[in-house]
Amino acid sequence: MDQILFNIGLLIEYPMVNLKIVIDGVMIGALFALAAYGLALVWGVMNVKNLAQGDFVIAGGYTSWFLVKTGWLQSIGISSNIVALIGVPVAFGVMAAIGWVIYKLIITRVIERDLFTSLLATFGLAIMMAQIMNLLFGSDTQSLKLDYETLYFADGLIDVPIAKLIGVCMAAGLALAVILFMKNSRMGQAIRATSQDSRAARVMGIDTEKVYAFTFSLNAAICGAAGAIIVMVWLIQPFYGITYSVRAFVVVTAAGLGNLPGVIAAGLGIGAAEQYGGHIFGIGYQQAIAVTLLLIVLFFRLLQQRRKRQALN
Amino acid sequence: MTKNTLLYAVLVAATVAAPFLFPSYTAFLATLWLFIIVALTWDMTGGQMGYNSLGNIFFYGTGMYTGAVIAIGLYFPVGEWTDASRSEVFSVTASQYYTGMIIGIPGAGLFCGLCAFIIGPLFFGLRGPYFAIGTLGLAIAAGEIVSNIEWLGGGQGISMPHSPLHPDFEKVLIYFLYAGLGVVLFGFLRWFYSTRFGAAINAIRDDEEKAEAMGIHTLRYKTITWAISAVFVGMAGAISAFQLIHFEPLETAYQTINLGIFMVVCVLLGGKGTLWGPVIGAVLFHVFKEVTWNYILGGQWVALGLLIVIIVVFFQDGLMGYLKHVRPGWFGIKVDTKGATS
Amino acid sequence: MSAIIDVSGVSKSFGGVKANTDISMTVEEGGITGLIGPNGSGKTTLFNSIVGYHPVDGGSIRFEGQEISKMLVPEIARLGLLRTFQQTRIYGEMNCVENMLISLPHRKLSIWDAFRRNTSEDRERAEHLLDFVGLFEKRWLQASSLSFGQQKLLEFAMALMNEPTVLLLDEPTAGINPTLINGLIDRLRRANTEFSITLFIIEHNMRVIMNMADTIYCLAHGQMLASGKPEEIQDDQRVIDAYLGAH
Repeated sequence: MDQILFNIGLLIEYPMVNLKIVIDGVMIGALFALAAYGLALVWGVMNVKNLAQGDFVIAGGYTSWFLVKTGWLQSIGISSNIVALIGVPVAFGVMAAIGWVIYKLIITRVIERDLFTSLLATFGLAIMMAQIMNLLFGSDTQSLKLDYETLYFADGLIDVPIAKLIGVCMAAGLALAVILFMKNSRMGQAIRATSQDSRAARVMGIDTEKVYAFTFSLNAAICGAAGAIIVMVWLIQPFYGITYSVRAFVVVTAAGLGNLPGVIAAGLGIGAAEQYGGHIFGIGYQQAIAVTLLLIVLFFRLLQQRRKRQALN
Repeated sequence: MTKNTLLYAVLVAATVAAPFLFPSYTAFLATLWLFIIVALTWDMTGGQMGYNSLGNIFFYGTGMYTGAVIAIGLYFPVGEWTDASRSEVFSVTASQYYTGMIIGIPGAGLFCGLCAFIIGPLFFGLRGPYFAIGTLGLAIAAGEIVSNIEWLGGGQGISMPHSPLHPDFEKVLIYFLYAGLGVVLFGFLRWFYSTRFGAAINAIRDDEEKAEAMGIHTLRYKTITWAISAVFVGMAGAISAFQLIHFEPLETAYQTINLGIFMVVCVLLGGKGTLWGPVIGAVLFHVFKEVTWNYILGGQWVALGLLIVIIVVFFQDGLMGYLKHVRPGWFGIKVDTKGATS
Repeated sequence: MSAIIDVSGVSKSFGGVKANTDISMTVEEGGITGLIGPNGSGKTTLFNSIVGYHPVDGGSIRFEGQEISKMLVPEIARLGLLRTFQQTRIYGEMNCVENMLISLPHRKLSIWDAFRRNTSEDRERAEHLLDFVGLFEKRWLQASSLSFGQQKLLEFAMALMNEPTVLLLDEPTAGINPTLINGLIDRLRRANTEFSITLFIIEHNMRVIMNMADTIYCLAHGQMLASGKPEEIQDDQRVIDAYLGAH
């Protein structure tokens, strides 16, 4: 308790600490928003609530980590820093392929079923993916320690590693690319049409099966790229997936489907809230805070719905 | 009727005789009963009431900790007991051990029931996937928070008082605790599902909006059902605490992806919303798991995930659901075959 | 006769659409009241407001003198104000008798009564009511295997099983074979007289409603257009215009 009060006191005494926490939170929050956007996409288009979302993120992280660790590209004279950047599109591509396979094997069979089916099937998938990564890469936490410099502001109270900045810029670039794709490409339009009314889309000659497969694959790819960015600066571990899934759910529950600015705002907000929680309660509570935020958001939405006399479903 | 009575008599006799006939399988059978208990209780809300919880393991973990705190706290300060750096050794007498057990197990059940009763009204506003995710969040959050509470031993967990019994006898005792609880639960559910209460929760599952419009006290029935199931899971958790001697929060007590998902798989395998389905599912799953586990070294958990996916995707109605489909007459289902008129 | 339901000044809008504007009306105790109006005139919205499906924007709804506009669906249902659905809702997986037994008036059961099995009187009552609506022969069939019309009858029987004071019926004859409609009218009347249930009925079939109701209200564009005895409504030029689409 004393520790908690002390930590709160610190925030008041040194306002710059707040700024540092917010900057950190917004940086990681941008990646939560990416994973959440993928979840909202799949949720909206094919009404599948994907509990393996976080495991896609972690798998993408391991893809990039593996690429750097094997040293194939380094052996032809590319520096590790650059390989880590190459890892992002590679993870995007690899996860797109894995996502497509998962769609064809599992997801296509649960789309038309009740919601618990898809939830449980993807939960099983999440367990399977986490365990496979555990077998392949071991259960230690991993991170790419890149030798980028760190920028210091405000007498060294605020430190911003350049790697983090690069990561955030890549996340923003990816988000922008996806948005433009959804707006302008034929496939993007087909996806949006399907999410509004799949039957009407089918009648209008859209191959919804193809749209579903593409959407799920795109989702896995977005998550994978997010994971590749995460591994550059933060930690990954085979069993961290579930927390990323939970965070994605928090964001989507808070923002609602098809509300892109909301998803971004909620993602950044949750990133910041988690950093604050971690600062106040201690780093041991980080997972607990992520999950408690889920419960808080759920109950907040529940109260909103209750005013309209509806349940949250 | 007599045929049924005979069947139940044989099963009870087999339950009593089993640990003596197959002494080397006592631990296996004890775990089997644990599976049956958690599957039956999961089915109360998941199968009979239509609320699919992914977090019933919360009550198992809470039951473990409550049982431990009661058994220790009756005679010793819990904070000092769990202090890893303590130098003094606490010695527990036989009577203290048994008193802890006799009070700890029901106490854990009551506490968990109370928890469900308090959080029920919050959670039952969530429907469908939100309920599943919300309860999953509850279980994960509880595990993470408990692992930060030093008074409960933090991430290291708690060591239980040592049993005064010889390990072989202790095993038999634990077996009978589980089996007794399981038999009581089964008997209770057999009666419970035949009451108006049972019919009401079925109505909630089939069409909750209709049930509300007919004036059924939906929230009251949902909360009480969850509380009853929590009582039994909590007691099973407390028995596990005594069985395990030492346990820790994340992997043992609030084991979300372990027992937490096993109970769902057992029910799906056997058949949701039936009395025998969870029992049969638990037996099938446990036997399958024990037989195959050793042959897929290292890959067990991958196989488990795969099994969940396969069951959910291809065999979701379970054995009883399959039988209902091919032999509806056995379940007293009649369908108008002449075709509808008017 | 006194007003058992008293709606005064109720408005409800969804987004920008005004479904009900300043509606006032009463349902007399022991009578049969009809509610008519062209499609989209806000009849079902008014029903939903009365039974508590959504909060109203303004106005008051009283049932037996008690303000109910702030209460929730199950609370209102437990006062004895029951409704049936336009799209029939029954428990499809259960047979007819089980459907009936679930519809026992739970408001009259204490929590301990709920832990009892259904008594033989309950069963007899269920079978009697199934007989009343003409489903006795089909009582052991799974409800989902019944035709739409039969499901409607079952829902009606379930509502009777609940012993309501007032029953709100949303288009009871829609989807029912025309040859059976006279029988249904007869049963609705008997429910009104024999079981002394006050009925409030939305109906499109003019012949049916003119035959049964003591008082009829007519909605158009979310506003109360006219009210009165069936003969008055029949001759009201505004009602005729509303149905013919004149504005």
